[in-house]
Amino acid sequence: MKRVYADLHLCIDCDRMEHFSRVVSKASKLGYTLIAVPFRKFSEEQIRQVRETCERSDVDFASRVDLRPRTPEELISFLRKLRRRFEIVAVMCESKSVARQAAKDRRVDLLNFPQPDFRRGFFDAAEAELASNCLASLEIDVKPLLTLEGPARIRLLSSLRREVATAREFHVPVVISSGVSDEMLMRRPRELAALASLFDLSGVQAREAVSKNPAAIVKRNREKLGSKFVAPGIRIIRRGKNR
Amino acid sequence: MKVLKRRYLAVSIDSHETLGSRDFMDAVWGAVSRLFGEYGASQAGLSLIDYDETKKLAIVRTGHKTLEMVRTALASISQIGKKPVALHVLAVSGTIKALHRRLEEHSVS
Repeated sequence: MKRVYADLHLCIDCDRMEHFSRVVSKASKLGYTLIAVPFRKFSEEQIRQVRETCERSDVDFASRVDLRPRTPEELISFLRKLRRRFEIVAVMCESKSVARQAAKDRRVDLLNFPQPDFRRGFFDAAEAELASNCLASLEIDVKPLLTLEGPARIRLLSSLRREVATAREFHVPVVISSGVSDEMLMRRPRELAALASLFDLSGVQAREAVSKNPAAIVKRNREKLGSKFVAPGIRIIRRGKNR
Repeated sequence: MKVLKRRYLAVSIDSHETLGSRDFMDAVWGAVSRLFGEYGASQAGLSLIDYDETKKLAIVRTGHKTLEMVRTALASISQIGKKPVALHVLAVSGTIKALHRRLEEHSVS
């Protein structure tokens, strides 16, 4: 079976459709079959348009929302409003309390930690244990790896290496995304996997981080958002007639 | 005597501007030595086999043990001489002949 390569974090402005379709066709050319783009607000019409554009380039599209809550209460409120509207929910953990709440909430799919600031490395053992119990994945954007240089990149690599080691210890899936908005910073899936070797992911784990792990999140959520889903492991297979 | 296995990489240069072969190789050497140090770069055995400015395609040789290292370094290059650029590995092979065959298959598909 052909491997599905995914980039779950293409930061493209969906209002600029011309730019969007150019990026999507480039993603297809680079070998991606699944992409996700974060939306700033929910608009069924816009999601439909974006999905159609992706279909024309033979790319599967998943809707995504990036939450940036300031407090755990705000996160809960966002999740209540948005969970059933988007296929992927990512939380940008900018404080420790938000990171902890995101890791223990089963509605969160991806935990993303702002990387250039290495002091904000909230992904420690406690965070990983919570994430592991709630099926949340650690998302790593490679954009800073491509844009930073010198000591800043060295510090970033050291922080990523620590986070990935913690994730591996607690069996938290790692997802590698590009996080780019510029076409020139887009890389092939195999190249993203190669960059992951810089923070000690093995070849197999790195390839899973750009294929199996992100695809599993989308598959699981599509099942959950489908009309036949009742509970994990229970789904409607046929509806009977009323007598 | 131990036979040194080699790998040939076909690298496409994605840029709006044309780049000279010297600029290209300087960027590759620079990326390898920045990421893996001079010791790592000395093990890579990098050399430029062919460079087509019009097709924006380069063929680079390295050792088979350092293939992943070179792949990582190529992926980390985002600009050459202040010009934004992306280098993509199109095919890898053990012989130049097989590399050209793969490139043809790649262009057909």
